[in-house]
Amino acid sequence: MHLTLRVWRQDGPGAEGRFETYEAAGIHQDMSFLEMLDLVNERLVTGGREPIAFDHDCREGICGSCGLMINGRAHGPQGSTATCQLHMREFSDGDTIVIEPWRATSFPIVRDLVVDRGAFDRIIEAGGYIGAPTGSAPEANLTPVPKETADAAMDAAACIGCGACVAACPNGAGQLFTAAKVAHLNLLPQGQPERWMRVERMVETMEEYFGSCSNHGECEPACPKGISLDNIALMNRDYLLSKMRNRKLGGRR
Amino acid sequence: MLNLRRARREQARQAPWIVSIYRTDTGKKYAMAISGVVLLLFVLGHMIGNLHVFEGAHGGTFRIDEYGEGLRDLGEPLFPRTLVLWAFLRIPLAAAFLIHIHAAFALTRSNRSARETKYQSPRDYLAARYASRTMRWSGVIVLLFLAWHLADLTVGVEAVNPEFVRGSVYHNLVSSLSRWPVWTLYVVAQVALAFHIWHGAWSLFQSLGINNPRFNRFRRTFAHAFATVVVAGFLSVPVGVALDIVS
Repeated sequence: MHLTLRVWRQDGPGAEGRFETYEAAGIHQDMSFLEMLDLVNERLVTGGREPIAFDHDCREGICGSCGLMINGRAHGPQGSTATCQLHMREFSDGDTIVIEPWRATSFPIVRDLVVDRGAFDRIIEAGGYIGAPTGSAPEANLTPVPKETADAAMDAAACIGCGACVAACPNGAGQLFTAAKVAHLNLLPQGQPERWMRVERMVETMEEYFGSCSNHGECEPACPKGISLDNIALMNRDYLLSKMRNRKLGGRR
Repeated sequence: MLNLRRARREQARQAPWIVSIYRTDTGKKYAMAISGVVLLLFVLGHMIGNLHVFEGAHGGTFRIDEYGEGLRDLGEPLFPRTLVLWAFLRIPLAAAFLIHIHAAFALTRSNRSARETKYQSPRDYLAARYASRTMRWSGVIVLLFLAWHLADLTVGVEAVNPEFVRGSVYHNLVSSLSRWPVWTLYVVAQVALAFHIWHGAWSLFQSLGINNPRFNRFRRTFAHAFATVVVAGFLSVPVGVALDIVS
């Protein structure tokens, strides 16, 4: 395959960025998208030019490091797929592919296609954990969890924190990520003691960094793990409940 | 003791509970949804009331004129005339409008600042519909229309509706809708309203956290049905005027 790439290049966080065009010849359809970029980079380095910087780690769709805006879609044209699992057979010979980094004020560009997703860590720090020291793994049948609940929590826990939801959202909102993390713990018995503290703190930390949810639903098809919008409704409900419960506990007016 | 006093002072400085919720974006979405429900109920009631126009005249007065008078008489003889109309319908409705608009402004500002640098290449939207992405424009169209509509048929501003006669609802709306620019304005505004409430009637469930596998699939159906029924009902009046059914 012979492709034309239009790639966003930016030398540093504050620097002026621009699109640069590269011809990518001899691309095999069984290459992954990142392998294709590797090949382009090898040629750039051989030619004495700076390679394109992009984030990647496990390359098996589970770490959440990679993430590119490909032809205006987060993670490219294939649904429920992270960029690393996207293969070149999804494109045709002669295509022009436009590659941009995630765009959000709280995801500042580090270089080229690499963004800093530290804002997600701030949200997790606010409550995306269970505070009790648990020791070794408990006996599996000690705390019964209904199958439906376990499934729903597991579906939410599939979130890899890649940031595609923020990238795809017209509002630059982080609701799908935060809701997945809230639902994952708030649905399970182990998450109950900190349930109301967790949702209040996580939502309020999220709002310091990201926009608000207009229910466009754009995040759901962008998510490589197929996290459902239902989690956002759960988070919205739990947030209001937390406000009521924490009001009682805190003796507020 | 000192700590207790400090704690009390801290508490006094905190905003009231409901205000502190409204200050968050999620709280504003709640306010959007709840004021939206009030406005949806209003447009539904208004649409049903409009259908009196098709009942024509009865004993020398038009039924819709009697209906308009009836709204002013609501609560009589228990309450003074127009008190119920103002205290329970008009003022809460105006409050719902103001909250809805304020929350929309604040949320738009927050969303804009969440992505200061836009995408430099064209986006390919998968789920965001035309209606959801144009909420603020359809909202502005409906708001501008509302200003015209109040001046046209409620207050009767001379420049807007020169033939306005207070209390003659039927006469006023026919004389207004017989002018084609006004007719077009009404139809365009109703289409904008259709888009606006189609997204809103679904969106409010998510914002309020009303989500359950048992009824999730009915939420979209409800939005389709609500938007269709309300707008078809509203459009029936200008269409009736155009077809000379109402004249």
